Amino acid sequence: MQPDALGYFGEFGGRFVPEVLVAALSELEREIESAFADPAFWREYESVLAEFVGRPSPVYEAQRYAAAESEATFVVKREDLNHTGAHKINNTVGQALLARRMGKKRLIAETGAGQHGVATATVGAKFGIPVDIYMGAVDVERQALNVYIMQLLGATVHPVSGGTKTLKDATSEAFREWAARVHDTFYVIGSVVGAHPYPYMVREFQKIIGVEARQQCLERYGRLPSDVVACVGGGSNAAGIFAGFLNDPHVRLWGVESAGEGIQTARTAASLNAGTVGVLHGSRSYVLQTAEGQVKETHSISAGLDYPGVGPEHAFLKESGRATYVSVTDDEALHAFYEFAKTEGIIPALESAHALAYARTLAAKRGREDLILVNLSGRGDKDIAQIRGLARPVP
Amino acid sequence: MALESIFKPGRLAFIPYLMAGDPDLETTRAILATLARHGADAIELGIPYGDPLADGPAIAAAGARALANGITLQKVLALVSEMRASLPPLILFTYYNLVYQFGLQQFARAAAGAGAAGVIVPDVSLEEIEPLRLALGAHTIDVPLLVAPSTPPDRAARIAGQSGGFVYVVSRLGVTGAGTAPDTKLLRAQIAALRAATKKPLAVGFGMSTRAQVDAVRGVADGVIVGSALIDAYTGARGEDAARRVSAFVDALAVSD
Ligand SMILES: Cc1ncc(COP(=O)(O)O)c(C=O)c1O
Repeated sequence: MQPDALGYFGEFGGRFVPEVLVAALSELEREIESAFADPAFWREYESVLAEFVGRPSPVYEAQRYAAAESEATFVVKREDLNHTGAHKINNTVGQALLARRMGKKRLIAETGAGQHGVATATVGAKFGIPVDIYMGAVDVERQALNVYIMQLLGATVHPVSGGTKTLKDATSEAFREWAARVHDTFYVIGSVVGAHPYPYMVREFQKIIGVEARQQCLERYGRLPSDVVACVGGGSNAAGIFAGFLNDPHVRLWGVESAGEGIQTARTAASLNAGTVGVLHGSRSYVLQTAEGQVKETHSISAGLDYPGVGPEHAFLKESGRATYVSVTDDEALHAFYEFAKTEGIIPALESAHALAYARTLAAKRGREDLILVNLSGRGDKDIAQIRGLARPVP
Repeated sequence: MALESIFKPGRLAFIPYLMAGDPDLETTRAILATLARHGADAIELGIPYGDPLADGPAIAAAGARALANGITLQKVLALVSEMRASLPPLILFTYYNLVYQFGLQQFARAAAGAGAAGVIVPDVSLEEIEPLRLALGAHTIDVPLLVAPSTPPDRAARIAGQSGGFVYVVSRLGVTGAGTAPDTKLLRAQIAALRAATKKPLAVGFGMSTRAQVDAVRGVADGVIVGSALIDAYTGARGEDAARRVSAFVDALAVSD
């Protein structure tokens, strides 16, 4: 669906930013309108995705992972096979092409785990546009390898030491930096969050996941999936795969948030399940916050889901009932991570492991006719040092 | 209406900003009293928010200190209500999520009850301001809106039209902070364009930190807002000591001369 003229999906979204940024958001909105109507723009986007990213990504039957508990067919969409190892690059390719079209001289981006930072640094290198990455000081320490990769790709990484020194603060800092250099700088947001038109634009660049997967299911199985499952941090991989099926009312859509240590505890990142409606980083959506409206510190085993907000379109899909949002704990995700590696020979990203964990319990309830499609949003290479450091024996 | 009356022809109004509860409420009380004695025409009082998108390091850090000290919107309203009789008009400055969680109507009632004259919420754009403006307007509280150097002229005119009390002219791109000086030539052009669009008073803020910068807008704008530099002046001190530093800073700035 399209947001309304003010950028709302139902009552969620909008544009809650300082005035200094409004003109830049309007400029971006106009550019999107012209680019999206220009077949040459999409041709170039598709050719970069084909030759540089490696699309289309396949769908793959992961029956050994699902088998014990399920008669349903269980397939995963292999976004982990994309260049740089996750879906994030679909979006940064699109935004870099827009930045070039607009004549912007510099890309900036926030990053948490470093995946979006790496994906932005990658397109900056490819298109010859300088890149500055804002990353919480705590994350800079935790994700040293990704910091180094960004530097190898020619980007400058700026540690952010305000607030909780994590993704939320990196995002705020990127907004501030954008405000200071709004004329020549393009802010590449990494998920379907932020002020209008970002949630809509990022969704359009991730929609290719759902469009491809829908066609692949029809070609291979002659039917649509019964269920589509994706993890939700900010919500971009979920929004992308859901977008292919929004008009198929019989396809059930499941967003899986990180419960962390449990949605009733303070150590969670499940904004839609444990949050309330508020305004964060430019739009109205669900936010993990205190009763007074201060944004809470979050926790997830997976850095990519460790964010107190969520894209406004998901808030709308939740309210409308079109999608259902559930959550998976750190332990459940970790279990799925180990299981998927051993049964399928694919090490999933910890984020994607949340989707896999929920999809497996769903598979146990589904029958022979059902087809479960899971978005395997990324590969787990980036998580291996962390998991190895847990000092638990491999089960 | 109340706010408009602080501006007098041929005179530059002085509107200092400080963060309530930074580092504690005693210090804020002492600084407020000092500002009143040193000729502040109105005072902006920041209500701390953890993710202040429009603020640079000085004000963000001040907010973090206030939050660490347990300062809430309720406590700031109590302070306003306690001190307002001895102070020039007070303008609350905060972010939308705090107001939204409080409830717009409840907030308007509470702010009016405490005696606030104005409320500035920098992350609410012109397109979103109506509900807040109406809620506060019902209690005759002004809502000054911000115009940035990046604001196109037709939009600036519309913002000025909706702005209450005065128009807050952001002097440069970016966030608050006593870093780079505003570009005086650009600022003059921006103000000239606004004069053609509105009769409302124009107050300049963001980055105003020295006497020279203040003198550069004298005769151009109707008021000057000074925040980060004032916070820098008292940071590290408490109570009367902080207030003394503020009075030295304000004397050196010499806005009312
Ligand atoms: C592999 C992977 N999946 C999912 C996410 C979560 O983001 P989103 O919800 O926007 O897809 C991330 C974020 O870093 C990621 O790296």
